[in-house]
Amino acid sequence: MTAEGTSPEILFWVGCAGSFDDRAQRITRAFATILQAAEISFAILGNEESCTGDPARRAGNEFLFQMSALQNIEVLNRYEIKKIVTACPHCFNTLKNEYPALGGNYEVIHHTQFLQELIDQGRLKLKEGGTFKGKKITYHDSCYMGRINGVYEAPRSVLAQLDADLVEMKRSRKNGLCCGAGGAQMWKEDEPGDKRINTERVEEALGTGAEAIVANCPFCITMLNDGVTAKEKQESVMVYDLSEMIVNNLQ
Amino acid sequence: MIQQIIFIIVAAAALGYAARQFLRVRRNILLGQDEATTGDPGARWSNVLLVAFGQKKMFKRWIPAVFHFFIYAAFLITQIELIEIFIDGIFGVHRFFASGLGGFYTFVISFIEILSLLAFVATIIFLARRNALKLPRFHKPEMKGWPKLDGNLILIFELILLVGIFSMNGADMVLQSRGVEHYSDTGNLAVSSWLGPALFGGLSDGTLVAVERFGWWLHLIMVFVFLNYLPKSKHLHIVLAFPNTYFARLRPRGEMENMPEIMNEVKSMMGLGDDTGEADLSMEEELPEFGANDVFTMSWKNVLGAYACTECGRCTAVCPANITGKKLSPRKIMMDIRDRAEEIGQRLDSGNKEFARDPEQPLSKENYEDGKSLFDYISREEIHACTTCNACVEACPVLINPLEPILKMRRYEILTESAGPSDWLPMFNSIENQGAAWAMNIDREQWTRE
Repeated sequence: MTAEGTSPEILFWVGCAGSFDDRAQRITRAFATILQAAEISFAILGNEESCTGDPARRAGNEFLFQMSALQNIEVLNRYEIKKIVTACPHCFNTLKNEYPALGGNYEVIHHTQFLQELIDQGRLKLKEGGTFKGKKITYHDSCYMGRINGVYEAPRSVLAQLDADLVEMKRSRKNGLCCGAGGAQMWKEDEPGDKRINTERVEEALGTGAEAIVANCPFCITMLNDGVTAKEKQESVMVYDLSEMIVNNLQ
Repeated sequence: MIQQIIFIIVAAAALGYAARQFLRVRRNILLGQDEATTGDPGARWSNVLLVAFGQKKMFKRWIPAVFHFFIYAAFLITQIELIEIFIDGIFGVHRFFASGLGGFYTFVISFIEILSLLAFVATIIFLARRNALKLPRFHKPEMKGWPKLDGNLILIFELILLVGIFSMNGADMVLQSRGVEHYSDTGNLAVSSWLGPALFGGLSDGTLVAVERFGWWLHLIMVFVFLNYLPKSKHLHIVLAFPNTYFARLRPRGEMENMPEIMNEVKSMMGLGDDTGEADLSMEEELPEFGANDVFTMSWKNVLGAYACTECGRCTAVCPANITGKKLSPRKIMMDIRDRAEEIGQRLDSGNKEFARDPEQPLSKENYEDGKSLFDYISREEIHACTTCNACVEACPVLINPLEPILKMRRYEILTESAGPSDWLPMFNSIENQGAAWAMNIDREQWTRE
């Protein structure tokens, strides 16, 4: 994004998971494909992007958070970024709710909200009766999109476009159960206990009889994948990001 | 006349001692650090009205919410009758409002009676639920001993209080029907007009007068016992739920409190910013402390939350760490903060110089050191197990935030002690050196090339 006089409509904030994690890279590509299909001009920061600092801050390391965040704000302000879309709820939350206190003010939207906008505006055309038509799927609310930022309906209304049979888990929306990755848990071993949190969540998801578990967060997806694999259900139950569900059904 | 004198002495003693205890609670809450209350007061009042008065969050679970509402409404409305009891007690009159208000008096007292009857039923159901139904959240490790007894005592006190009200009104009804002098006409009260004759119909006038006085005094004494018990009990939520909902944070849930002193330090390190915050942390004489390891370094609002907690355990019941058998229980975090604040308060009251940082100076909040901290109550394992999912924050019916103290203790551990889970070190290193949460040998644009 060495600006060549043209200013992109939107900055796609890829995030660490989306950049480095094999599984999450697939989500990044799916979302980029959708953006191209909708003819959105977007930019990425590439190697000028750093971790937003979310895991450092939640672990308690405020110094590191401030270093990372202030550096990002420098870059974002230098490019005069106004609008950011990201596929990671943790990046979303930090950019949206925590950067303003440090001098970074942007319009931040999550890719689930953006997908809904594109569909509502008719900029994305989906196939009639796609891959998931009539099939049971369930949706896992990530804490950082759901309970923390109150986004429950946008992803569900996107899923409604797929004519799938959306079955809710008992703990959903405000009462959604965490996947176990937040608060920097992703980077550490669990504290001693009876079972892993992702196992608890996957048991609930499998209980719905869904063939696909849809999520909106790369960390949730890793956790849910691990849980499904631990239950030896990886052949029959897939874990998808919302954008992957859509990209499969583009016209 | 003797009754009046006894009444005034008992009331003055009970109110005086209660006031002293409430002031102690206030002092303990203010052991925490100052925190400004910012944001729209309208939104704060709306929280008080909806969440505290309206019990909005209780109604996520319908059945307990309805029973709880009976007890709550009966408690609020009974205060009207209490005003009359005070007037009667001081001036030696009987049912002071009855003659002046006429039919309206009958209506108000009947209303109180119906709510009291509903509260009686609800209290028995709550006792059964607590002791027979074995609801898991009432039987977590932190609910052993005093907290368990406390929960039951409150309910038993409530029953005794209601027995007082109905003996008083019931005996009065029978006395009125017999036209006994002094017992002015109140009209037919909704519950005691049938309950009174059913229970006391066969008693002599003299016994009835005694039953009426017994009920009156029992009611009054239980109110005083209650008032003095509250500051020691989880039941304090009936008072502190209101300020707690008012002072609850209005910032977005996902925003952790910024630390301007660190932000300014990092800004000046990076050659950014305004250089207004000239404080160079490394130049200060004492090593700075960040985060919180004790009540003194929590915000007073965290301590208020601890005193407002009624240990219902809805937070713990939805905590993913607790559900999967980890030691973390958000309720216990709040209970521990209160216990620690109580401990400090008692030691301050003792005046024992052993607890003074500087024994030459009088013992005070500023001059206090007992060699203990919140880490003696809350283990590292507990604060490390939190996923920051905010389920506890969402669950609390009175807007207590158990997450904030957990994160403040993590900050203390990492920033002040340079401790914390060693698992996090590679993540810290790679963010610091590579700007990425994982150290990878690929660049951020790799995904674009496949």
